[in-house]
Amino acid sequence: MSRRPETSPVPDPADFPTRPYDLVKEFTIALVVVALLTAGLAAVFSSPDDKPVTLASWSRADGADFTATAVAELGGTSGTAEYGPPYNHTSDAAQKLGPLGLQSAAGVRIPIDTANDFVLRPLAKAPESPGVRAALAIWSAAPASRQQAWTKAYSDALAKAPGGDPAKVAGGDYGPVPVLTTRLLGLARSGALDGQLQAEGKFYQTDYTRPLLFLSDGSYLESLAQAQHLGGDQWGMMNETGNYPGQAWLWLYTFWYQIDPFKSSGNADALIWGLMALLSLGLVLVPFIPGVRSVPRWTRVHRLIWRSYYREQEAAVRARQSGD
Amino acid sequence: MSDPGEPSAADAPQRNESASVGWTGAVRRRAVAALPPDKLLPDTQPAYMASWIYVFGVLTVASLIVVLVTGGVLALEGPAWWHVSATGKYVNGLHLWSVELFMFFMVIHLWGKFFMAAWRGRRALTWVTGAVCFFASIGTAFTGYLVQQNFDSQWIAGQAKDGLNSVGIGAFFNVLDFGQMLMWHIVLLPFVLGLLTVWHILLVRRRGIVPPIGATGPADSTAATATAAPTSAPTPAPGEVL
Repeated sequence: MSRRPETSPVPDPADFPTRPYDLVKEFTIALVVVALLTAGLAAVFSSPDDKPVTLASWSRADGADFTATAVAELGGTSGTAEYGPPYNHTSDAAQKLGPLGLQSAAGVRIPIDTANDFVLRPLAKAPESPGVRAALAIWSAAPASRQQAWTKAYSDALAKAPGGDPAKVAGGDYGPVPVLTTRLLGLARSGALDGQLQAEGKFYQTDYTRPLLFLSDGSYLESLAQAQHLGGDQWGMMNETGNYPGQAWLWLYTFWYQIDPFKSSGNADALIWGLMALLSLGLVLVPFIPGVRSVPRWTRVHRLIWRSYYREQEAAVRARQSGD
Repeated sequence: MSDPGEPSAADAPQRNESASVGWTGAVRRRAVAALPPDKLLPDTQPAYMASWIYVFGVLTVASLIVVLVTGGVLALEGPAWWHVSATGKYVNGLHLWSVELFMFFMVIHLWGKFFMAAWRGRRALTWVTGAVCFFASIGTAFTGYLVQQNFDSQWIAGQAKDGLNSVGIGAFFNVLDFGQMLMWHIVLLPFVLGLLTVWHILLVRRRGIVPPIGATGPADSTAATATAAPTSAPTPAPGEVL
């Protein structure tokens, strides 16, 4: 409510002829129409609800992918392990928006140590056989370079094994890695790993960061998403499971991921966020942007919207001219 | 039965609005001056409002009410209810489709207002609050998808974290944290969206509905004649910024 007097050059709506109008009646009718439309759409189409993937269902459906992911988490080569902020300090992993390193600037606020959080701690907290306890001790005593050599060798061997099946891996120097990941697979298949990663020693829990990151590091979740056309290169950000409209309003944000230079850039997320922030600011500030604010006058859409008004004005002009 | 000794209502001194003192009086004076009852709840409208495009504003508000009510019913039973109850599944369907309708109506409303250049005549703040409402709605819908507790939530969270992390937002707004997202979805963002919507509607009522592009008002018949029937782009009224 400005203190300045009304000095608008646009005429006051009150100066124009009026017609009866019932605001409350219009709103009530709109509310009833929308409620009925919603009730009908919900009755006919319902809503999608595909069950979530659990570590148990993943490990049972695709044990090879689970094991390969667990080895990567243990060796520090998974997507999360090499992510950078906000999960860890991996150098040169953070995206940049030109010279701006906003991801790095925000810092590591959700620290994740994939080897300990996803593999070693769950194993250490579960009642284990002497063999697993010995494997944990060997792992802990080994230098980092030795640990990485074991996980790399085992990861390579898994990739060469038929179907990635741990049972068909060729012999080699993998240290305690096979024992650890086999036991972790067993924990996951029993459902115990879901509980351990979610509860994290607490009773109440609402933060699913760790189990979701573990799931996202595997290829199983992605394969299910691809089958539902949810992949980033499938306009997936605006889709949802089944034939539902999803978040259609994210079409522009999703569009940028489909084209170069964004889709081939290592900084795609930051660049697209920066671009969308700029475009969003532009939408908010349309009234102040020369050129853009003139588009309505240049186009003839307003002639359609106010066709009755313009028609009456034209009639008035014709009447005036014929009177002359 | 009034006591004969007491002053009757007719005898009560008339309230001198301009003489009201204190913060309360000042707020009331300004509120009534800005939005007198006939502006707040009008029973007439300018005759130039003869288009179906005007319906989409009220449809958007109506949809928002349905979104809030259906979301409220889901909140009564908790976020897991709709997975295990047929009634809950239907209410979740109501919530989903009312959101789809809300966003659809709002986008049509937004484009309509764009082509009307509805920011003219000191209505820029009305446009700005409406556009911010649009983005607040996107955020609210997005967090809704995150708290469905199903495969969609898992996948959307896993994908969205990369965009948010890339600009530092994810360090504070963790889409993988269900509890945090639930609070944003059912408390913080609806509160912000509600405030913005009320502000937006009050601004619409305060400024009135923007007149047609090129209109100068019946009071100036000469100018009205001069600007009537534009054959292409209408000439802006004097001082009308376009």
